Amino acid sequence: MTDPPASPADRVGEHDEDPATPRTVPVRHPGRWVAGGVILVLVAMLVNTLLFSHVERGGVREGRFQWPVVGNYLFDAPVIRGIGVTLELTVIAMVVGIALGVLLAVMRLSPNRLLSGSAWVYIWFFRGTPVLVQLTFWYVGIAYLYPQLTLGVPFGPAFYTVNANVLVTSFVAGALGLSLNEGAYMAEIVRAGIISVDEGQTEAAQSLGMSKIQTLRRIVLPQAMRIIIPPTGNETISMLKTTSLVIVIAGADLWAATQNISAANYQIVPLMVVASLWYLFFTSVLTVGQYYVERYYARGSSRALPPTPLQRLRQELFHIRVQPVPALPEAPWVAPHE
Amino acid sequence: MSKRPDNAPMVQAKQVHKSFGRLEVLKGIDLSVDAGEVLCLIGPSGSGKSTFLRCINHLEKIDGGELSVDGELVGYRQSGNRLYELRDREVCGKRSEIGMVFQRLNLFPHMSALDNVMSGPVWVKKESSSVARERALRLLDRVGLADKVKSYPNQLSGGQQQRVAIARALSMQPKLMLFDEPTSALDPELVGDVLDVMRALAEDGMTMIVVTHEMGFAREVGDTVVFMDGGVVVESGEPKVVLTAPRHERTRAFLSKVL
Repeated sequence: MTDPPASPADRVGEHDEDPATPRTVPVRHPGRWVAGGVILVLVAMLVNTLLFSHVERGGVREGRFQWPVVGNYLFDAPVIRGIGVTLELTVIAMVVGIALGVLLAVMRLSPNRLLSGSAWVYIWFFRGTPVLVQLTFWYVGIAYLYPQLTLGVPFGPAFYTVNANVLVTSFVAGALGLSLNEGAYMAEIVRAGIISVDEGQTEAAQSLGMSKIQTLRRIVLPQAMRIIIPPTGNETISMLKTTSLVIVIAGADLWAATQNISAANYQIVPLMVVASLWYLFFTSVLTVGQYYVERYYARGSSRALPPTPLQRLRQELFHIRVQPVPALPEAPWVAPHE
Repeated sequence: MSKRPDNAPMVQAKQVHKSFGRLEVLKGIDLSVDAGEVLCLIGPSGSGKSTFLRCINHLEKIDGGELSVDGELVGYRQSGNRLYELRDREVCGKRSEIGMVFQRLNLFPHMSALDNVMSGPVWVKKESSSVARERALRLLDRVGLADKVKSYPNQLSGGQQQRVAIARALSMQPKLMLFDEPTSALDPELVGDVLDVMRALAEDGMTMIVVTHEMGFAREVGDTVVFMDGGVVVESGEPKVVLTAPRHERTRAFLSKVL
């Protein structure tokens, strides 16, 4: 034979096979075809019921999902105001929750038994009771137990007194309840991140003369971020939806807004769809954000980062070789340039 | 200014004891290191050499005895017949005068080589970043890594990382350098570069305590070799005496295994 040896791909299906180099036959997967067919039918049914099917309600034949009604209310002013409240509650609860979580995590890791014990009790309590109950407590319970809230010296004179019902509005109660609850969950996430950092890092920082606070802030926490970020993204997405619970304390969030509308016009399902579409939209945005934050904190941990979806798309569309991202650009957030 | 009178030792240990729970690791160590001296600590693993080294910069607290660096007690302040433990901040100040290099390298992985070397001066000594950067660049050049300034630790070999770690320790302009088995975690072909840097440092007159299994280095660079076993100093003296004509049976047995 004078021809160059054919590549394995060419050889498949050749008739005059060289007995010395047998061809490979990939395994067949008939089950995949069956599964594909089933899924195709199910998708067709879903599309049909969502878009094309009709139903008779009270003698009127109308579209099953009432998409025009959804469209009417998607950008309705009360809905948009509700979105504002939902986003505010999410941001406040996560910012306070993360700060509280860092504090509680550091307390739990403290050699001081009183500090670690009280952090443990906090986490035990706020993780151990339903957030719905906690929200109700802050809205109703506080004013019941302490009608007058007082700022002053313990067991001594009071400087400032306020009516609890005035101070703890529905929004304040919602933000308070969600934040305090989130703090307990974030504490465990941050603690997991901190203990994942090698002890040698702490020793190296201390041998340079860094204080405990400096070591935590400059050395341990930035490295712990890689462990902390993914579950924190998860918590944020979860929080966005958990805010809908404030409806029980007269909250004015997205879910409450849509429920108020449907209570008036009886378009129950279309307004559920309106709320769900908005929640889906914002969780999608958060998912994308989480991806990029994770990339940012992965620096120093992998030699080259994979291209982002955008870069991959550009690569495929234009067949341009996108330069691989320099694995480790300057990291201004930790670099000692102050 | 140094509070140490001339000719007084840089490091002085008197009957240093240390236990981990019920396990007594150091059973009364007496040792002194002069300024400019290179002392090599050898001995089987578990003999307490690393623990002793870590006591010198107070990464471990001692349980008894006295340990002083440059005329000052480590981690304690003496007042009358009492030793008061120092606050974290005071210990930090003391530690910053003592450089330490670890077996497991312990570079900060989220910072470039340059930032690793700048971190101490900028964050601890509050030096301006331009001053710190200049010295860091000089130190990285001195350990032969002028072209790796922007590299992150995971882009460097073990030997290069350890040389960055030495530069990082030197960035604080220490009076004393502690080396805790600096070459034990390295591939054999990378050991030489690190030892060369340490040799040059010794020639420049740095006071060094080196826990090592590199007998060649101990013989060639060390002024003193101390053999520890079971938490006590078994024998010490000039390298060529201890390493070639040891007086104690335990030293002989150890050397016959490693040489």
